[in-house]
Amino acid sequence: MSTATMTREPDRTATPARRPLRPARVVLHLFLNAVAIGWLFPILWAVLTSLRSYDYTAKNGYVSLGGWTLDNYVTAWRTAEFGKHFLNSVYITVPAVLLTLFLASCVAFVIARFTWKFNIILLGLFTAANLLPQQALLIPLFRLFTQVPLPAFMSDSELLYDSYWGLILINVAFQCGFCVFVLSNYMKALPRELYEAAMVDGASIWRQYWQVTMPLCRPALAALATLEVTWIYNEFFWATVLMRTGDKFPVTSSLNNLRGEFFTDNNLVSAGSVLVAIPTLVIFFVLQRHFVRGLTLGASKG
Amino acid sequence: MSDLPLIQADRAVPPPAPVTRTGGRGRRLRLLSTTDRVVITLMVLVPLLLVVGLIWLPALATVGLSTTNWDGIGSLDTIEWVGGRNYRDVVNIYPPFVPAVQHNLLWLAVLFLVASPFGMFLAVLLDKELRGSRFYQTALYLPVVLSLALIGFVWQLLYSRDQGLINAVFGSNVDWYGDPGVNIWAVMVASGWRHVGYIMLLYLAGLKGVDPSLREAAAVDGASETKAFFRVIFPVMRPINVIVLVVTVIESLRAFDLVWVVNKGRNGLELISALVTQNVVGEASRIGFGSALATIMLLVSLVFITLYLATVMRENRR
Repeated sequence: MSTATMTREPDRTATPARRPLRPARVVLHLFLNAVAIGWLFPILWAVLTSLRSYDYTAKNGYVSLGGWTLDNYVTAWRTAEFGKHFLNSVYITVPAVLLTLFLASCVAFVIARFTWKFNIILLGLFTAANLLPQQALLIPLFRLFTQVPLPAFMSDSELLYDSYWGLILINVAFQCGFCVFVLSNYMKALPRELYEAAMVDGASIWRQYWQVTMPLCRPALAALATLEVTWIYNEFFWATVLMRTGDKFPVTSSLNNLRGEFFTDNNLVSAGSVLVAIPTLVIFFVLQRHFVRGLTLGASKG
Repeated sequence: MSDLPLIQADRAVPPPAPVTRTGGRGRRLRLLSTTDRVVITLMVLVPLLLVVGLIWLPALATVGLSTTNWDGIGSLDTIEWVGGRNYRDVVNIYPPFVPAVQHNLLWLAVLFLVASPFGMFLAVLLDKELRGSRFYQTALYLPVVLSLALIGFVWQLLYSRDQGLINAVFGSNVDWYGDPGVNIWAVMVASGWRHVGYIMLLYLAGLKGVDPSLREAAAVDGASETKAFFRVIFPVMRPINVIVLVVTVIESLRAFDLVWVVNKGRNGLELISALVTQNVVGEASRIGFGSALATIMLLVSLVFITLYLATVMRENRR
C-alpha cells in the first residue's frame, strides 16, 4: 500500500461538476436518494420511536405522529443502569485500544525496520489470528480463563474469567493482527534514510521506534485508534461468554440482558438502542475521515 | 554503511559486501548493541506470546479436544481419545447441525450474491463525480459503525409482531424474528444492511486506485461503460475482489451476535457459531462435541485466511 493513497484525500466530492443535469443523472440521483434514505430509515425510525410515549403509540399505533416525550431515555437509562455499563465499556475499551496500538506498533516496527527471514511468518501469524472465528477458540480459552487466578484486588472473581483484565487481554490478542498488518505496511513506506541518520546519531532501537517512527505514523495510528475503539466497544461475543456478573458487562453485551426488562416496550428498546449507538455515532461523525481510512487501509493497496 | 547488523537492515540499504564474514564480529555487535537486541526481542516476543498463547494454542487445543470425550469438568487425566466419534455424532445424531450448515451457507450465499454485488454496484455509481456523493456514502456506511447486536435491536422495531412497523404498515401478523420459517431471512436482511456499506467502502477505495488511463483507453476503444467495467476495471481490482470474497466468507462464518440477541441461535436461527457456544456455556457442556463443531469452522476459515494472506502478501512484495 502506498502512503500516497492514504494521505491524499481525493476532493472530487468537494468540487461537483458544474454541468447541466442529464436525464440519466436525474435517474441516478433519484435512485441513490432512495437507497440512502432506505438505508438511514431503520436508524431514523429508532430515533423517532424513542421520542414517543408508549401510551400514545399503544393507542394510536406506530404509524402516527404525536406523543412526543423524552421519558423513554430517562427510564431506559435508569432501568438498564447505562451509567454503570458505559463506564465498564470505558474500562475495557481504553486500555485495550492503547495496548493494542502499542504492542502492534512494536511488532510492525521490527517487521518494517529489519529484513528477517521470519518476518513473513510473523506477519502471517498476526494477520491470520485476527480473522479466525472466535468460537473456534472458545472452549480452551474458557477453560484457561476459569483456571488462571488473579489477586483479589485485580478482580473480585479472583479469576481471569469474569474480569476486565481477561476481556482486555483477549481483545488485544485479537485486534493486534489487524493493526500489525496495517502499521507494518505504513512503516515500510517510510524513507529508510531516517534510520540511517538516526543510527549515525547513535540513536538506540527504542529511540528510533519511539522518536522517529511513531511520530510519523500518527495518521495511521489515528485511523486505527478510531476503528479499534469502535470495534472493541461493539465487541459482543467475548464479553457474553467470558463474563458472568451482570454488573460488569460492557454496554454492548449488556444489551442482551435488557431484552427481558424491555421486552414489552419497543419505545424503551429504541431509546436504549439510541443510547448505545450514540458513542459510535459521535465517533463516526467527528472522525469519519479516520474511520473510513482505517477500514480501507487494511484492504486496499491503492 | 559497510557492516551487517545482526538482523540485516532492509532492502533499501545496499547489501553489504562479503567482507562482513571475515570482517569481525565485534563491529557487527556494535551496530546493534546488546540492549538493542534485548529491546527488539521484547518488542516481538511480548505481543507474539499473547497472540500465540491466547489464539493459536487455543485453536490447536480445540482441534485436539475434538478427538476426545472430555466433559470439561474432570481433570485433564480423565481425557480419553475417541478418534472421529465426535465428528460422526455431529453429522449423524445432532439435529441442529444440518440446519446450521444450511443457514451458514445461505448466509454466505445472500451476502455473496446479493449484498456484495449491490455494495460494488453502489461503489461504481458513487465513484462518478456526483453532487451529494458524500451524503450518499455516509448514509450507506453508517450501519457499519453499529454493532451487530445493536442492529438486532434496531431491526426489532421493524420486525416485532405486535409493535413492529412492517406488520403495522402491511396489516400482516408475522413474528419476523420468531417464526422459524422466516426469521433467518429477517436477520439476513439486517446483516446485509450492514454488509453492503462495508463492501461499498472497500470497492470505492479500490476504484480510486485504478489507473484512470485504463478507463480512457477503454473509452477510446468504444467500449460501453458496463463492458469497460467488467472487462477492464473489475479484473484489475483482483486484490480487492479477493479481500471482499474473504471478508464475506469470514463474516458469514462468524455470524453470531445477531442471532444470539434474537433467540440464542435456536428455532430457525441455528448457526454453527451459536451451536459451539451453546455446547460450552449452555446447560450441557459437551466439550469434545463442541470442539468438533469448532474445528469444522476453523478449517473452513483457514482455507480462506490462507487465500487472503497469499493475496495481501503478494501485493505487499510488489
